Amino acid sequence: MISQFFILSQRGDNIVFRDYRGEVQKGSTEIFFRKVKFWKEEEQEEAQAPPVFHVDGVNYFHVKIAGLLFVATTRVNVSPSLVLELLQRIARVIKDYLGVLSEDSLRKNFVLVYELLDEVVDFGYVQTTSTEVLKSYIFNEPITVDAARIPPLGPASIFMQGSQRMPGTAVTKSVIANEPGGKKREEIFVDIIEKISVTFSSSGYILTSEIDGTIQMKSYLTGNPEIRVALNDELNIGRGGQSIYDYRSSTGSSAVILDDCNFHESVRLDSFDVDRTLSLVPPDGEFPVMNYRMTQEFKPPFRVNALIEEARNLKAEVTIKIRAEFPSNITANSIVVQMPLPKYTSRATFEIEPGAAGQMADFKEANKKIEWNLKKIVGGSEHTLRAKLTFSQESHGNIMKESGPVNMTFIIPMYNASGLQVKYLQIAKKSSTYNPYRWVRYVTQANSYVARL
Amino acid sequence: MAPPARSSQSSSPSQPSGKGEVSDLKSQLRQLAGSRAPGVDDSKRDLFKKVISYMTIGIDVSSLFGEMVMCSATSDVVLKKMCYLYVGNYAKVNPDLALLTINFLQRDCKDEDPMIRGLALRSLSSLRVPNLVEYLVGPLGSGLKDSNSYVRMVAVIGVLKLYHISSATCMDADFPSILKNLMINDCDTQVVANCLSTLQEIWTAEGSNSEEASRERDALLCKPLIYYLLNRIKEFSEWAQCLILELVAKYVPSGNNEIFDIMNLLEDRLQHANGALVLATIKVFLQLTLLMTDVHQQVYERIKAPLLTLVSSGSPEQSYAVLGHLHLLVMRAPMLFSSDYKHFYCQYNEPFYVKKLKLEMLTAIANESNTYEIVTELCEYAANVDVPIARESIRAVGKIALQQYDVNAIVDRLLQFLEMEKDYVTAETLVLVKDLLRKYPQWSHDCIAVVGNISSKNIQEPKAKAALIWMLGEYSQDMQDAPYILESLAENWDDEHSPEVRLHLLTALMKCFFKRPPESQKALGIALAAGVADFHQDVHDRALFYYRLLRYNISIAERVVNPPKQAVSVFADPQSSEIKDRIFDEFNSLSVLYQKPSYMFTDKEHRGPFEFSDELGNLSIEPDVSAQHVEADDEDLLLSTSEKGDVGFPLNGSSYSAPSYDSSKPLSASNTSSDLAILETSVHHQASASLAIDDLLGLGLSTTPAPAPPTLSLNPKAILDPGTFQQKWRQLPVSLSLELNVSPRGVAALTTPQALIMHMQGNSIHCIATGGQSPNFKFFFFAQKSEELSNFLVECIISTSSSKAQMKIKADDQNSSQAFSALFVTALSKFGML
Repeated sequence: MISQFFILSQRGDNIVFRDYRGEVQKGSTEIFFRKVKFWKEEEQEEAQAPPVFHVDGVNYFHVKIAGLLFVATTRVNVSPSLVLELLQRIARVIKDYLGVLSEDSLRKNFVLVYELLDEVVDFGYVQTTSTEVLKSYIFNEPITVDAARIPPLGPASIFMQGSQRMPGTAVTKSVIANEPGGKKREEIFVDIIEKISVTFSSSGYILTSEIDGTIQMKSYLTGNPEIRVALNDELNIGRGGQSIYDYRSSTGSSAVILDDCNFHESVRLDSFDVDRTLSLVPPDGEFPVMNYRMTQEFKPPFRVNALIEEARNLKAEVTIKIRAEFPSNITANSIVVQMPLPKYTSRATFEIEPGAAGQMADFKEANKKIEWNLKKIVGGSEHTLRAKLTFSQESHGNIMKESGPVNMTFIIPMYNASGLQVKYLQIAKKSSTYNPYRWVRYVTQANSYVARL
Repeated sequence: MAPPARSSQSSSPSQPSGKGEVSDLKSQLRQLAGSRAPGVDDSKRDLFKKVISYMTIGIDVSSLFGEMVMCSATSDVVLKKMCYLYVGNYAKVNPDLALLTINFLQRDCKDEDPMIRGLALRSLSSLRVPNLVEYLVGPLGSGLKDSNSYVRMVAVIGVLKLYHISSATCMDADFPSILKNLMINDCDTQVVANCLSTLQEIWTAEGSNSEEASRERDALLCKPLIYYLLNRIKEFSEWAQCLILELVAKYVPSGNNEIFDIMNLLEDRLQHANGALVLATIKVFLQLTLLMTDVHQQVYERIKAPLLTLVSSGSPEQSYAVLGHLHLLVMRAPMLFSSDYKHFYCQYNEPFYVKKLKLEMLTAIANESNTYEIVTELCEYAANVDVPIARESIRAVGKIALQQYDVNAIVDRLLQFLEMEKDYVTAETLVLVKDLLRKYPQWSHDCIAVVGNISSKNIQEPKAKAALIWMLGEYSQDMQDAPYILESLAENWDDEHSPEVRLHLLTALMKCFFKRPPESQKALGIALAAGVADFHQDVHDRALFYYRLLRYNISIAERVVNPPKQAVSVFADPQSSEIKDRIFDEFNSLSVLYQKPSYMFTDKEHRGPFEFSDELGNLSIEPDVSAQHVEADDEDLLLSTSEKGDVGFPLNGSSYSAPSYDSSKPLSASNTSSDLAILETSVHHQASASLAIDDLLGLGLSTTPAPAPPTLSLNPKAILDPGTFQQKWRQLPVSLSLELNVSPRGVAALTTPQALIMHMQGNSIHCIATGGQSPNFKFFFFAQKSEELSNFLVECIISTSSSKAQMKIKADDQNSSQAFSALFVTALSKFGML
């Protein structure tokens, strides 16, 4: 049960404010914003406020989405995951209706947003968060904003950049807006999004690795046909009894072994045990069909080696080498490699391999970091960065302990490390001419990709 | 709804200031009010939008109330909705004008479109004007009978709104019983769910002053209703499912079969993508199996994977909420998670609050099999550029060292930290080395060699400096330079601003003086003189006290300031197990994330249903103490770090035994001189020593007079079935809770808990359930009076690692609980436990 709901801009302006129960004093938005902005914790200067905190008997919950703060307040001891989940869902519903979620689109459509909020929650109790159910209560029409100007939102948004294979407008289409020409395009998107975390030891050995994946669906099909999604035949869930980190059992076999997974409410698992198919009637809007987690050994897309060597006269040399270990028909985008340096580093000069286009290296003076940006990396290639450092004082001989670890972010479209696949996507046919567009897209992102020195 | 008028706040440049615009709007609305020209609705929409947008950003547009109402005569739903929103927001501040709206709202409540009926009814019940409730009762009554489920859904919540405006009107109209009926008969699940929320809230609020209402509240937990809801649970929305599960978690099943039925039914809910639903299911599983130790443990195994999946999928905020719950479970049963330690490694991009939870979990689950990996990982973080995490990691390493038997390697690592020569690393490490020495004096040789090389000039943080000074004082006989380092510190007394450091310096010099008088006499003199002149009260008092003590008798002074010590066996846990249990009972709530029970952060009127407030009365002493400890916990992972070094009493076995430790606790926690405490308590202790031995109770409850000799006799053949026990345990308040020290013999005896159970049975105290595993054992006992059917229930938690036993006694007859506890304690001590 929540008392108030509001959305604040990054500057702390109210974009939307709805008081459901009138139990929390006025000015809660300011109290909240001040607290979040100037959060202090122990000796930390730039601490981040936790998603849940309380001030004077009022509990504040917030999630950050698209640079906006979605906030709920209550005086009661409620389930925090319920409220945080609700905030996410409200954001998703709003996005489904507005097409894009941004300060601009919210300001232009706030009446529609209020309309939604009135139906989603009544007197603090959740009534429904189903985009589908809400359709019959919504009378405003969305005012579209220019999607190109909007900063990308969520993992699926990477399909909007560069890649011509996908119609960029699809992800930003409102569930209730009509296409120009009056007819809705029949299409369905299935995205397999994987976030990978790998920690390499100083000797290059993989200390930990995990894939957190999600099969995300967004349907624009009329008449809610039933859909069957078939996954790999050799898909096992759970590693009964074994330690999750026991790698031996899995090598050599093509089986995908998930540690665990969970499913959206609409998914029926009747035949899942038999042929690994999920059947569902997709509700309108965007939703995760399945979340999964895997610690089975997999081949990390990048190998990272970093070395720092001390030379005489307050100098040192850093070498960072990355090797792309995926097929050459695949290209990774937006690669950023960072490496913290000793605090007393005063200067760094870089030597980028000759002939490298789209690479840039920089020394971030303020937080003493090397930042190396690569626009793209083709599978199978190797790239090296050398940097010469100048120190302002003598090191204590443990320069290794004062720099690193190297961390890396990247996006690899049309690639997934787990091997989980959507083998086919079957849509119950309404007529012989009915053949909607189906998009099945894969993408892999770095979550925490770290190499120690 | 926007807060009207925030006049004090200067509006940002992008937002209009208000006044002019509002009067503009007013005249435009007037023009449109009567107009029937085509396209007038569109212009109205634009105007209404403007009004609502002003309302949102906090401009007071309440002066438009009349005009808005005049414009509301329309068939355009969008316009109507905006108007409802506006009216709902300002009716409360314009009660007179609100009357104007009643008419059109009541008319809309009879509209043929169910959507309009619902919307109008919702607005009508949201006016929050007490004078207008009479107009609400009728439409609500017909709304509850409406053929359309949307209208019923709105009407049910409307009843709750009415209750909050005027509870008497709501009760007089007998709405609760209509809802009760609707709850079991309506075909729409959302109507049912709303009935449940509404009734829960109403009965809980009424329950405090009406017997009947609290009976009604308990009736929500009756078997038919629970089964009715459970059997249809998948028809409900995921949010309503959470609501139902929350209710089921309070339900007391009549037997094991019922428990398994419920769990089988809910099994697949653990695979749901909604974290709130999974946590609600887990709560049901945990609560149902509380008294079934084996199954309870299986539940932990079963829920591990789903919880870990939830932590790694979803937004960072959601995963934090789940991780908080995982943290609670890990803390309760670290053994069960010891092979999953890799899941709790920190990722570099996680926020501080997540990393902190993970570090605590890693600390808790470290055991013989994984310590090497965990400590290696923690040492990586210690070198991290993220200073707060580095600090936390070092503390975690130290804490692991304190809880392990084989600390050899860890001590080496800690000493390596000192070689890193980073200020904050050295500071944290010194504090830890000090604690380690208090527990493992045998390591002093290695540590001192390293610590001796650290120059006190490089240490700035008071805590670290205090730790260093403590070591200098404590081991001055082994450290060649100790008197001279202390002397230079004493000479620069004014440069040291922290009273904590000054206090330690005084004590360290005293100790040094007893061991190496010629070398430290001068320094002691300087320090005492400076101390007596100090502005800080504690420093002044301590210096003066030492001075007088020395004048009185040096050997007595030595006995007071530097008595022979025994190693600290276990550092006190900052949170009592009572508090922890309460947090566990409030699983899937904010209590878990805040790590405190709800009574510490919610107002009384906002506590949820089924929280037994009467229990709080009995706890009234505890919260204060523990609240303090909770705060202390935020700063220090170990309570010891907030104490002065000198209070390292052994917990048992010497003249400074546990009772004096306990009584000095409040003093040390409030950062005052602890040497004074020693003197006071030891004197007090000597005087009462004989008493304390005779009367075991006196130890735990030193302020209460010894109870009258018990005249209570127990029924040796008492019978109580587990269901009744569980029910009674929930209902009865704690009438007595006590904490006793367990003797080493008792600890040894617990290797076979069965023996204790047999022994207690011989004393007519029966064991109904046992749980936990070494070092924490949990027993539930019951006993009955021999002459009447009056039960005593006991929860007894014995920790062999801290040598403590905590008991909670609940009794049907509160008056005899004192006598019963005496019997219970006597029985325990006969077994050799105490």
